[in-house]
Amino acid sequence: MTTTTERKLTTQKAIAEAIAIEMQDDDSVFVMGEDIGVYGGIFGATEGLLDKFGPERIIDTPISETGFIGAAVGAAINGMRPIVELMFVDFFGVCMDQIYNNMAKIHYFSGGNVKVPVVLTTAVGGGYSDAGQHSQTLWGTFAHLPGMKVVVPSNPYDAKGLMIAAIRDDNPVVYMFHKGVLGLGWMTNNPRATGVVPEGAYEVPIGKANVVREGSDLTIVTIGLSVHRALDAAEALETKNVSAEVLDLRSLVPLDREAIVASVKKTHRLLVVDEDYQSFGMTGEVITTAIEGAFDYLDAPPTRVATPDTPIPYSHPLETWALPSVDRIVEAGSSLLVAR
Amino acid sequence: MDIPKEHLVDMYETMVKIRRFEERIRELYFADKLPAFDIAAGLIPGEMHLAAGQEPVAVGMRPHLKAGDAITATHRPHHLAIAQGVDLNKMAAEIFGRETGLGRGKGGHMHLYSVEPNFGCSGIIGEGIPVAVGAAMAFRHRKTDNVALSYFGEGAANQGAFHESLNLAALWNLPVVFVCEDNAYAISVPKTASTAIPDNSDRASAYGIPGVLVATNDPVAVYEVMGEAIARARRGDGPSLIEIKTDRLWGHFEGDADAYRSDEFKTDMNERDPLATFGKRLIDEAILNEADIASIQDAMYAEVEAALEFAMNSPYPAPESALEDVFAGRIVQL
Repeated sequence: MTTTTERKLTTQKAIAEAIAIEMQDDDSVFVMGEDIGVYGGIFGATEGLLDKFGPERIIDTPISETGFIGAAVGAAINGMRPIVELMFVDFFGVCMDQIYNNMAKIHYFSGGNVKVPVVLTTAVGGGYSDAGQHSQTLWGTFAHLPGMKVVVPSNPYDAKGLMIAAIRDDNPVVYMFHKGVLGLGWMTNNPRATGVVPEGAYEVPIGKANVVREGSDLTIVTIGLSVHRALDAAEALETKNVSAEVLDLRSLVPLDREAIVASVKKTHRLLVVDEDYQSFGMTGEVITTAIEGAFDYLDAPPTRVATPDTPIPYSHPLETWALPSVDRIVEAGSSLLVAR
Repeated sequence: MDIPKEHLVDMYETMVKIRRFEERIRELYFADKLPAFDIAAGLIPGEMHLAAGQEPVAVGMRPHLKAGDAITATHRPHHLAIAQGVDLNKMAAEIFGRETGLGRGKGGHMHLYSVEPNFGCSGIIGEGIPVAVGAAMAFRHRKTDNVALSYFGEGAANQGAFHESLNLAALWNLPVVFVCEDNAYAISVPKTASTAIPDNSDRASAYGIPGVLVATNDPVAVYEVMGEAIARARRGDGPSLIEIKTDRLWGHFEGDADAYRSDEFKTDMNERDPLATFGKRLIDEAILNEADIASIQDAMYAEVEAALEFAMNSPYPAPESALEDVFAGRIVQL
């Protein structure tokens, strides 16, 4: 008799494992960033890698984001596959030129002759009172600027597969991990932050959304930690006899518009949930996609739950009120069905 | 001059080629924009930053280069691209916005990228400096003895990217040569009004690396200093910072009234034109004679004309190809 145990990992350990697998197989892969060596990454994405690969390939940098992200671009142009960590996405302000004017545009300027295979990892998201310079998601900002893929895993399985796909991709990939899905010991976590992760290498294709819950009355489209808020809301809606489908986009660039349209055609109602700021962002883009592709199928105006257009506040009641919550999603979902 | 004759001749030939290229681009740039200057009109639209006068900076490093060495340059890149041997036809075609250009018409004159030779430039001040640091990281990882040369103006030496890059390269002892092309003006602002110390080469001491000032716009002096800095980087002894006092003979961009530089300054500058000065010196020292110079001019002018003809006879890209080359490879879905 044999027993098979399905191995479980936290999202954070799944990311570190993906990097280790690719570093083992490909000598051109290396990691640099602040506190990614001895510390293992403030959010653990490089845990254990220094011991395995040494300081030549796991490189702690000074606090010098323009310098080391620009250096990642230069290394990538010259045949390397750097993974470079911007500790919090909020820090993009000190180095955005290297990201969007340089990393994202060189392939285009070169008419396709120069490849820039950088993976820019960065921690996103709030909910733990870190205030307005350490709590943003900003994926809409990055997705708006052409030339970078943008991926946001919501669970350990996807985190590993998307990281392997990102490292193997010949394009710049901004890999955003939400602190609330990492399974960190020092932060309240979603229970789904630990999950089954196969050993060995596999890819989750960048640009393919995932139906994480089937439903028939309503589609909730979301990404990152809000996938879990939406799943919790879907369970609550079930008790009100509302069957909600939850679509985890997993990538914003490329955006899986077909999956959005297909789900809306099936359920006829759309709610978009986004932890990023409401205006000019993901919610507007997803709703437009549904209107362009499934207008005649819609039984109610699409709606959205997002962070209002305000900096993320510090105090717990303020922040909790501002970020998308299960209650707000349930309320918006219920209203969509009343509106029929 | 204790320099092999073939290097002196090569430097002079390249200076002639660069100057001719810049002069012809200038003529063609204005030919169809006058009498009423319209920046978007004509064969070459947009901003145009020409490097006439800065040739010594470029040709002085040229004999020291090896295949695979990387150069990152600025918004004023032609002299360096030509000196490194970037394909002149493709470079000209890119400037004219043609399909056959280095970037298929997507970059233009501030965004010239070449894989072989290994050249890139950028329209953002200081942006290329960290890129050279990364190139050097790749060279060291691959255990080659290639070096990365980062060129930037004296205006860029007040950018954070400059200081961050010097720190990183010094900290990690990387094979980078940082070269400041000091033409004394950041558009209209003189260095005296922008920089707290006279010589950026002195800033090297803040990072514990050699800093060398080349005080004259002389290709031989550049050759000597760059030879030492490149050799040092190649043998693994780390980065250097070189500042070269040079002259931008024309405006910041074509169409610049250049009223911020005095007539006296411009007269002095034109009198020390490095092309004329170097040519005279080669004759005086019997390295070349008048006939040699004439035949060098004929050959270089012909090469430049051929490149310009290639460019102007090349097709424009199909408009919808604007959508291509945003990403490499197959995209799952757009």
